[in-house]
Amino acid sequence: MDQDALNTIEDVQRAMFAQNYIADRSLATTVFLALKRRKPLLLEGEPGVGKTEVAKVLSAVLGTRLIRLQCYEGIDVSTAVYEWNYTRQMLHIRLMEAGGASRTEELKEIFGPDFLIQRPLLQAIDPANTQAPVLLIDELDRSDEEFEAYLLELLSDFQITIPEIGTIQAKETPVVIITSNRTREIHDALRRRCLYYWIDFPTLEKEYQIVLARMPGVPERLARQVCAFVRELRSADLFKVPGIAETLDWISSLLALDQMELVEGPVRDTLGALLKYQDDVLKVGGSEFTRMIKKAQGVS
Amino acid sequence: MNALPQENGDYFALDPLKPLELERGERLLYRLTEFGRILWEVGIDVGPRKMLDLAETLNYVDITNKEDFYTTLKCSLLAKHEQEAVFDQMYLYYWYMRNQIGKKKADAPGAAKRDEKQMRLPPSERKRLAEHLNSPQEQRKDLRPEMRDSERRRRADERSDEEMEDDTSTPQGLAYSAIEALRKKDFESFTWDEVQDAKKLMAEMRWHLGMRPTRRKRPARRGSYPDMRRIVRRNLKYGAELLELTWRETKFKPRPLVIICDIIGSMSLYSRLLLHFIHTISNGLLNVEAFVFGTRLTRITRQLRKRDVDDAVRDVSKSVQDWSGGTRIGDALHFFNQKWAKRVLGRGAVVLIISDGWDRGDASTLEVEMDRLQHSCHRLIWLNPLLGSPDYRPLTIGMKTALPYIDNFLPAHNLDSLINLGNLLATIDDSRPARNAVARRKAVAAWSKGYSSQRNYHVPGQPQELPS
Repeated sequence: MDQDALNTIEDVQRAMFAQNYIADRSLATTVFLALKRRKPLLLEGEPGVGKTEVAKVLSAVLGTRLIRLQCYEGIDVSTAVYEWNYTRQMLHIRLMEAGGASRTEELKEIFGPDFLIQRPLLQAIDPANTQAPVLLIDELDRSDEEFEAYLLELLSDFQITIPEIGTIQAKETPVVIITSNRTREIHDALRRRCLYYWIDFPTLEKEYQIVLARMPGVPERLARQVCAFVRELRSADLFKVPGIAETLDWISSLLALDQMELVEGPVRDTLGALLKYQDDVLKVGGSEFTRMIKKAQGVS
Repeated sequence: MNALPQENGDYFALDPLKPLELERGERLLYRLTEFGRILWEVGIDVGPRKMLDLAETLNYVDITNKEDFYTTLKCSLLAKHEQEAVFDQMYLYYWYMRNQIGKKKADAPGAAKRDEKQMRLPPSERKRLAEHLNSPQEQRKDLRPEMRDSERRRRADERSDEEMEDDTSTPQGLAYSAIEALRKKDFESFTWDEVQDAKKLMAEMRWHLGMRPTRRKRPARRGSYPDMRRIVRRNLKYGAELLELTWRETKFKPRPLVIICDIIGSMSLYSRLLLHFIHTISNGLLNVEAFVFGTRLTRITRQLRKRDVDDAVRDVSKSVQDWSGGTRIGDALHFFNQKWAKRVLGRGAVVLIISDGWDRGDASTLEVEMDRLQHSCHRLIWLNPLLGSPDYRPLTIGMKTALPYIDNFLPAHNLDSLINLGNLLATIDDSRPARNAVARRKAVAAWSKGYSSQRNYHVPGQPQELPS
């Protein structure tokens, strides 16, 4: 879909729904604004609530390329932006020497675009892009402050300077989605440049819809019970609360075991799909567990 | 405009100026340099470069206009909003009041010698200023009139000369023996003045926090990773022959610190001084997260960066509702583990808990949460002010429960113990402390005998004495 076709917030909401992403109106509004104003969108929220998914869905909606940059500690220019192809450069110099080329020619050639390896950020602002790509900067909190500072410049001007070539400016400003799990505070300077949205855990009804949209063919009764059970779990005092990703994962586990509704035994056996800490498993075991199951079973 | 005075080793050996010259505004650059020197002395970063810049800038304004002159000086020399008050004060002192003192002094015999001394602020002023720098905003406002008062008093007082003689002894004019006594004295019996002295002493200490290797590399003369980009550039001149190699090495950064402070009752004083201490050794708390708890846990990191330590703690203490309820360390740590651990304990953080271990909460909660906390941090240090007294044994239920999960158990009742802490923090490296059952049992047995049986953290090569 062309970006100009997304003229209202409802358009955005509908388009995302068509890609099986159920967005709140507030999220749709933020995405809409990010598209219209071409501002980066900073998404935060608990793990597994669908932050990364927003970028994927958006690239599908817009029918453009998704360029993904997974952050990690120590990520730097050579892995995120560009790098020279050193081996090729060396070989080329050898060839040129043999051919008797002059020094200035040599320099001009080996620091040309042919020898440049484009990393995600440079790909995103490549002037050759005919359509603005979606740039996903995933888990920015994993990178370090130095990289964040570098991003500041990129996100405000959408240009990158390579000393040997010059400044590269994006013709089509990319749609930038940044996600963070808050294992480190993102600096205020970066936050200021972005639109911010906190993706919360979905309501019971919304989660049910998500399950139906994502897993067509799931028995409705099972879907309702699962959502109700997960909701109960989230209200318990857990160290790691299960997200939507875990819910979907759990349902497929139950389906693999041919379950049509929640039964205590199989639920216990598959709890590992939902809870990822032994402390949490112990905590919800026992009478509390039976109560949750009963409550979930009573839903449908 | 006249040339800058020649640097001949000792700046103070320059000819003392005749008052008449000063009056006529001659040798302005000399005065400017002198002013810069005074600013530098009170902690405003004024280097030669800034002074040269200023001299250049002054060409563009009418320096006979007092206001323009002031503004020019201010915008050229000042770079931080926080230092504005100090700058104004010094401006007033130097360009208005000092001139008059100088006049008076010139008549007296031995004026030249005193003029040299005058370059430094008199100790009384410096003391005031140092306090001022550490004092909360509301106290700062009324400093200027007070300063004028003291100036008047000082001018009337002939003993001021003797005062100046003391100037060279110790940083804040404290005698060595006084410092010694101060270092050993329990914070609880400190008077307000002594607290201020202690803060000033802390401000003079120099430490670095323990470093951790990052995944980032930086160019270096020698290192373990070839710097391909630079290698190609450098060796272009040799054709494709790699003759000169350049390297990159791992970059180190200070480890993040997380401080969790008990602020119930007398703990509030110890916590405040600890925060002051950490403030001085951590480059303005850039890498520090701070939390306080009474009955519930509050994060004060942001307040601390913007405002004074005392202010922040006072604010929180006010909001603590239930004083009689006592400390619930377990609940506070539970909240920390749930809400904050994932956000602030990344990258090998060192956690400091300061508390006397009087826990009114559930011991089993405390145990679970201590276990979890120790697992998620690089080093868990418990500071207990009571540990300073030789008779103290960690026998309260809270302390007993927590002990097995602590990597270091230290007192924090006087300056000496904080210095020990500083030395320990500086030496924390990549190695993990032993956390198996045997090591735990041994440590707990040792700690249960009281502090005197512990080894002291003296690390060779580390500064551990106060500057004298």
